[in-house]
Amino acid sequence: MEALTPVIAVLLALAIGAIMLLALQVNPATAYAALADGAFGSTFAVAQTLVKATPLLLVGLGICIAFRGGVINIGGEGQIIVGALATTAFTLGFPDAPLLVLLPGGLICGMLVGGLWGGIAGVLKARFGVNEILTTIMMNAIAVQLSNFLLRGPMIDPKEIVSGTLLAQSARLPETSWLPRLIPQTLLHAGAIFAVVMAVLVYVLLWRTVLGYRIRAVGLNADAARYAGIRVPVYQALALLLSGALAGLAGAVEVLGVSHRMMEGVSGGYGFSGIVAALFGKLHPLGAIPASVLFGSLLVGADKMQRAVQVPSALIDALNGLVVLFVVGSDILVRRRAQRRREQEPHA
Amino acid sequence: MNELFTLPVLLGVLYSGVRLATPYLYAALGEMFAQRSGVVNLGVDGIMLMGAFTAFFIVTNTGSLALGMLGAMLIGLLMGLLMSFVSVNLRAVQGISGIGLYLFGLGLSSLLFKRLLGSTKAIDGFQAIPIPFLSDLPYVGDVFFKHNALVYVAFALVPVAAFVLNRTTLGLKIRAAGMKPEAADSLGVSVAGVRYFCVCLGGVMAGVAGASLSIGLINLFQENMTSGLGFIAVALVYFGGWTPVGVMVGALLFSMVNAFQLWVQVKDILPSSYRDFVVMLPYVLTIVALVFGRRARQPTALSKPFSRGEN
Repeated sequence: MEALTPVIAVLLALAIGAIMLLALQVNPATAYAALADGAFGSTFAVAQTLVKATPLLLVGLGICIAFRGGVINIGGEGQIIVGALATTAFTLGFPDAPLLVLLPGGLICGMLVGGLWGGIAGVLKARFGVNEILTTIMMNAIAVQLSNFLLRGPMIDPKEIVSGTLLAQSARLPETSWLPRLIPQTLLHAGAIFAVVMAVLVYVLLWRTVLGYRIRAVGLNADAARYAGIRVPVYQALALLLSGALAGLAGAVEVLGVSHRMMEGVSGGYGFSGIVAALFGKLHPLGAIPASVLFGSLLVGADKMQRAVQVPSALIDALNGLVVLFVVGSDILVRRRAQRRREQEPHA
Repeated sequence: MNELFTLPVLLGVLYSGVRLATPYLYAALGEMFAQRSGVVNLGVDGIMLMGAFTAFFIVTNTGSLALGMLGAMLIGLLMGLLMSFVSVNLRAVQGISGIGLYLFGLGLSSLLFKRLLGSTKAIDGFQAIPIPFLSDLPYVGDVFFKHNALVYVAFALVPVAAFVLNRTTLGLKIRAAGMKPEAADSLGVSVAGVRYFCVCLGGVMAGVAGASLSIGLINLFQENMTSGLGFIAVALVYFGGWTPVGVMVGALLFSMVNAFQLWVQVKDILPSSYRDFVVMLPYVLTIVALVFGRRARQPTALSKPFSRGEN
C-alpha cells in the first residue's frame, strides 16, 4: 500500500484530468492517447522524453537530499539558471581548451555556482535561522534578474548586436564542450547517462556514507540528532548546498546537451517539476529515475496533446500540482497509521 | 539622472507605488491570518492566478465587475478549502503542499485561459474614484486620493485586520491556535475550525488580490500574470513581523521599488542594464530583512500540524 501511494496519486490526478477534459468537451481517451503517443510513439519521442527526464532527475536528486535532510528547497529554478550561466561563461571563456578540460570544467562550474546559490540559503538558515523556503524563492527571482542582466549585457551574443535583433541569449558554445549525442537525429545526449550515474552516487552518499547518514538523521529527528552530537544546522546547510549543486548541474547539462547556449527560460519549470518527480520517487534517488521518466513523458506528451486535440499543455502543470497534493496528503495518512501502531509521538 | 528627481516623476512613482501595493496587501493580509493561526499557505500565487482568471473571464462575458469579484472570492474560498483540508486534516508538510496548490492554480488558469478565451482583450475595470475635497489637496491628493475602490479597500483592511486580530475574541482564538494550539484546544477552541477559517479567509483574499490585477489595475489576463507576486506576499508576512502594519510597510516597499523601476523604464532614464538590479533590489532587501528581522513574533506553532491528544 505504502509503496503504491504515488502511483495511486498519479492515477487519481489523471482521472481528475479526464473530468476536466470532459468539461472542456474533449474526449479524455483521445487526449491521453495523444499524450502517450507523443511521449513514447517513436524513437524520436522516446528520446525527447529522456531529454526532458534528464534535468528532472538531476533536480529531483537534489530535492531528495534536501527533503531527506528536513529542509525544503524551492529554489531549483534559480539554481538551474545560475548553474547554466556559470557553465556558459566558463566554456565561452576558454573556447580553445581541449574537450577533456572544457566539458568537465563546464559541468563543475555549473555545480559549484548552483551549490553556492543553494548554500546561501543553507548558511542563512544555519547561522540566522532564516526560513529556507523564503530565501530559496527570493534567490529564484534574483537569479532571473541576474540572467536578464547578463544575457542582455555582458554575455549577449555579439551576433545579436550586429544583426540588431538583440535577442537575450549568449553566443553558441564551442562544439568541443557539447555533450555527445547518443542517438543520431535526436536530441538525446550523454547527460542522460550521466544523470543516472549521479542517481547511484546520491544513493551511495545518502545510505553508505557518514555524511548521508547524518543528513538523514537530521531530517528524521533533529532533536535526536542533536543529542547524538550531530551539528544539525551544518548538515541542513550542507543538504541545501548539495541540493543546489545538483540543480546547478541540471542547468549545466541543459546548455551543454540541448540548447548549446544560454537563453531565457532555460530552467523550464524543472525546479518545480523536479519536486514532483522526487516525491513520486518516494524521495529515493533510485526511485527518482523512473519518476523523472514518467514526468518527462508527461511534459513531452503534453505538446503532442496540444497539437492533436488542442488541449493546452498547461493541463500537465495542473495535474502535477494535484499529484503533489495527493502524495503529500496520503503520505501523512500512511505515516500516521504506522505511527499509531508504534504509539509514538508524531513528528511535526 | 537628474531627470529622475523632478516633482512630476516623484509624484508619479508614489502614485503608482500606492496603487501597485494593492495586490500585495490583499494577498499578504490574508496570508497573515493563515500564518497567525499556524498554517503557511505557500500556494497563494496559484490562488491569485485562478482569482485573476475567474474575475477576468466573468467580466469579459457579463461586464459585471461585482460578479467578477464574487467569482474570484468563490474560487479563492474553494482553493482555501482544499489547502485547509490538506494541511489540517491530512497534516501534510505545508511547504510542499503549497507548491502543489501553486502548480495546480498556475496550470489550471493557463489551461482555462487558452481554452476558453484564447486571446486577451482589455476590459473596463474598476474606475478611479477621486475622494471629494481630499483629492484636491496639493500633492497628497494626487498620490493617495485618486485611486479605484479596490485600492482604498486594501488599505482600509489594514486597521480592520489589526482590530480583528488584537481586539476581538476571534483574533484571540486565531493567535492562540498559532501560538499554543494545545492550550487553545483545552479551553474549548476548535483549532481545526480556526485554521480552516483563516486559511479560507486567506484564500478569499488571495482571490481578490488576483482579481485586483486582472480587473482593477491591469485589466488584462495573461498566463502566469502574477509572476511570483504571491510568493512575495508570503515573504511579506515574515518581513512584516506578522502584523498588519508591518505587512503594509513591506507591501509599500515592494510596490514603490516596482513603480520606480517602471517609471525609469518608461522615461528611459537609467541604462537598461541597471533596471535588472533595481528589480532585484526588493528581493535582496527581503532576504536582508529576514536575516535581521525579529522573529520573536513568529507564531510558535507555525507550519506544525495539530491533532488532539497527540501533541
